[in-house]
Amino acid sequence: MKQTTQEQLNGPKEHAAWLSAKANWIRLSAMTMTNHARLGHTGGDLSSADILATLYMGQVLKVDPGRPLWPQRDRFVMSKGHCSGAFYSTLALRGFFPLSQLKTFMDPLSMLNGHPDRNKLAGVEANTGPLGHGLPIAVGMALAARMRKESWRVFVLVGDGELQEGSNWEAAMCAQQYELDNLIVIVDRNRIQQGDFTESTICMEPLADRWASFRFEVKEVDGHDHLALLQTFASLPVVTGKPTCLIAKTIKGKGVSFAENKPAWHHGVPTKEQLDQASRELGVEVTW
Amino acid sequence: MVSAAIQGNQEAEKQQLFDCRDAYAKALEDMAANDARVSVVINDSLSSAKMKDFKTKYPERFVNVGIAEQNMVGVGNGLANGGMIPYLCGASCFLTARAMEQVKVDLAYSKANVRICGMSSGMAYGQLGPTHHSIEDMAWMRVLPNMTIIVPADPVETAETMRYSLEHTGPMFLRISRIPVRKVHGDDYKFELGKAVVLREGNDVTLIANGVVVSRSLDAADALAKLGIQARVLNMSTVKPIDRESIVKAARETRGIVTAEEALAAGGLGGAVAEVLALEYPARMRMIGLPDTFAPTGTAEFLLDHFGISAEGMTKAALELVRNEA
Ligand SMILES: Cc1ncc(C[n+]2csc(CCOP(=O)(O)OP(=O)(O)O)c2C)c(N)n1
Ligand SMILES: [Mg+2]
Repeated sequence: MKQTTQEQLNGPKEHAAWLSAKANWIRLSAMTMTNHARLGHTGGDLSSADILATLYMGQVLKVDPGRPLWPQRDRFVMSKGHCSGAFYSTLALRGFFPLSQLKTFMDPLSMLNGHPDRNKLAGVEANTGPLGHGLPIAVGMALAARMRKESWRVFVLVGDGELQEGSNWEAAMCAQQYELDNLIVIVDRNRIQQGDFTESTICMEPLADRWASFRFEVKEVDGHDHLALLQTFASLPVVTGKPTCLIAKTIKGKGVSFAENKPAWHHGVPTKEQLDQASRELGVEVTW
Repeated sequence: MVSAAIQGNQEAEKQQLFDCRDAYAKALEDMAANDARVSVVINDSLSSAKMKDFKTKYPERFVNVGIAEQNMVGVGNGLANGGMIPYLCGASCFLTARAMEQVKVDLAYSKANVRICGMSSGMAYGQLGPTHHSIEDMAWMRVLPNMTIIVPADPVETAETMRYSLEHTGPMFLRISRIPVRKVHGDDYKFELGKAVVLREGNDVTLIANGVVVSRSLDAADALAKLGIQARVLNMSTVKPIDRESIVKAARETRGIVTAEEALAAGGLGGAVAEVLALEYPARMRMIGLPDTFAPTGTAEFLLDHFGISAEGMTKAALELVRNEA
């Protein structure tokens, strides 16, 4: 797929609209994959699509699909690896592998495993799936950049329920101790985990204060607002010597009326009819 | 001991498939009704651990720690200390791998009266991949002193082992699958810890299996019988303490032993049987399970066949033994 750069577009509004269309394509692509595999995580795919589109299609991440292991690349860790549908769709859209490969999602012997495997797919940095692994890995990547005197940055996307895993907070303490201002944690704050809303399971509030107390610089933005996301990503590091936490306020199931804000759609599988409805609501079509 | 295996007159009923999680969940609710110490801890696993009804009926004996398995196991120790009998119910991969040191220290070393109900063990999560497979749990759990390990084969045995778990003292790991299985035990089956169940007599070769693989081993015995080979089939549902006597007896009376399991064979049931044989009665054997590898992408059924954890795989291995092939 040919890349359209920000400069080729007329202005920020057009750019946001373009990103929004990309994000909706990722949404429908992920749902189509889930429909095919009869397995997947629709809710979290949809809530993170705008963040993924902004990072990869908005040219935030310095990555090169032609050289996926280019040493100076920015690192992106998809810690909420269960949302592989959205992640794979984004990587394919960005050109890391052919779009047609998305057809093989979870098929026998497919490279597109239910959870990402870096030994199988270009662009995947970390094998995730068990929650609470991404941030420690990202801290290591940020430390490596420092040791090697390189300027790459590390982005890690975590779920809000995922933050109930203690490993995240061990990593957070380490990040602030080493003043890792090349690290940004993006929290997909959709307020729903697997079985229920986060606040009626193990409440995560006051989430911003918690990160601040771990000495992260905290930004709260609308996780579906591409311009706001771009703005935050453009201002990194927000404070020199401090890791950043971006709390992206999102809606689980965003963009598809029947899935929005419904815990049951955490791993809901859309029917063919629901796919058609999603296509109409998102205003996109997927043919890969 | 020969279980009253279901006779082959009602073919349809014989082929009916069950999700053992239903039997475990029902057993837990029944036990809670009669014993106020029975309590449940989950890790955001309400549906996958089938604990919705338990939560509704016994909310005061139900804890959801969120996505936090290390905390979950520690909480289990504390509940047991306070006189409760906690059942920790969640995906086997996270309960064992993630919380392994807590399992070692808080449960095994501490001899805490806690039951781990590892859901969807083995490769039941199929396409979700090796992060969600629990093929290492047998080896990890088996090396822990004081740990009791049970791998039920069908819904009847699942319910029976749950019932038994209330009488048991000390930590216990129960492996509960979601892969549909048919019944291999009669409804009058009684579980006995550390005793292999002879599901089929035979003196040519022995098939030892547990969990979802048991019904496949019965199919292998059928296939072998057609070739004139009588296979003994042992359901080794207790992996620890292992039934040394049945293993040695099988080695003495048959021409070789095939173990089959839905786990890494090294360190698992295969490893356990091999250890007994090496020390007490060296015999020819084949170990079927995962070799030293993580699984590729595929459904559980696909992966079981892929690794030869199937009637065909067991038949082939048994033939090698009786024909004296290398
Ligand atoms: C260690 C671990 N425990 C349990 C699970 C099972 N699980 C998969 S997704 C999920 C909920 C995740 O919620 P959240 O982090 O909020 O993700 P999102 O809402 O973005 O989908 C759970 C409990 C897991 N993957 N890893
Ligand atoms: Mg969430």
